[in-house]
Amino acid sequence: MAKVVVVTSGKGGVGKTTSTAALGAALAQKGEKTVVVDFDVGLRNLDLVMGAERRVVYDLVNVIQGDAKLPQALIRDKRLETLHLLPASQTRDKDNLTAEGVEKVIAELRKSFDWIICDSPAGIERGATLAMRHADIAVVVTNPEVSSVRDSDRIIGLLDAKTEKAERGDRVEKHLLLTRYDAGRAERGDMLKVDDVLEILSIPLLGIIPESMDVLRASNLGSPVTLADDRSAPALAYFDAARRLSGETVPVTVPGEKRGLFGKIFGRRAA
Amino acid sequence: MSIFGFFSRQASAPTARERLQVLLAHERTTTGHSDLVAQLREEILAVIAKHVQIDRDKVNVKMDRGKKVSTLEVDIEIPLEADARAA
Repeated sequence: MAKVVVVTSGKGGVGKTTSTAALGAALAQKGEKTVVVDFDVGLRNLDLVMGAERRVVYDLVNVIQGDAKLPQALIRDKRLETLHLLPASQTRDKDNLTAEGVEKVIAELRKSFDWIICDSPAGIERGATLAMRHADIAVVVTNPEVSSVRDSDRIIGLLDAKTEKAERGDRVEKHLLLTRYDAGRAERGDMLKVDDVLEILSIPLLGIIPESMDVLRASNLGSPVTLADDRSAPALAYFDAARRLSGETVPVTVPGEKRGLFGKIFGRRAA
Repeated sequence: MSIFGFFSRQASAPTARERLQVLLAHERTTTGHSDLVAQLREEILAVIAKHVQIDRDKVNVKMDRGKKVSTLEVDIEIPLEADARAA
């Protein structure tokens, strides 16, 4: 049965679009039929990160308003035939997203895909609440930094109140994806640790994505990081996260925690 | 910064963690009536204005949320002539 996942955070710039692309591609690389949907109407970027910006003809708003059929708006990835993109509109504003329209599109996507990954816009307004509305699972993307953690807490509250599942008295499955993590800085006491963030937000951990040059490199190239370099540290972390999302039990390792002599000498300073 | 300063620098993550814990404990309970301070300000002012003439611009309401105790500080300046009249 199809699973609808929302990738959300409250705060902007923490890695929602990067994570949507990487998780979507990782699931598609396992052979699962996956579609990534951009809900950031007016400020779309998932097309760019996926390298499909020159192939956008129709978008989510066109489908909702009946100007295009869903199959016409779906863009199939050139590298992976199991991966599809439904772009957001760049010219209209988010008022063109209607609750009924989104519901119809999601229902139709459920018929042909295993995974529907919705990339939420930042904030807690209409775009963000519509993106989370039909979710079965939420991936809360958080940086180990105070403002991001606070905003994630707020989003968790909304997931428990403003989703279809919550209104039915059911629960949206929530997972934490900690991005831009630097094990060395956390070890020195200069960055919140994984356990700190987990204790504060108290939702299960989906994965830890290390701060890495490979992420920027992949977006420069227009490729999800799991496709750009599938041996890189962030790609491996996203592969693990995708496996956990599918229900597999994968032991959590903190990327970059293996320290050499230099790291050991300086790592102790924090204690 | 000297190399000595670098080594003696205090870790900042524990502070971040504690600030977040205190803040979120309050935010989780007060979501919904987040304008509590503004509401208190209006109601307190209404009561005081019944008895003393006050300048609405010279009123300060501050909330300080602590781990165990929160304080609400209301600072109202009462002009001299109003004070004399009331006395």
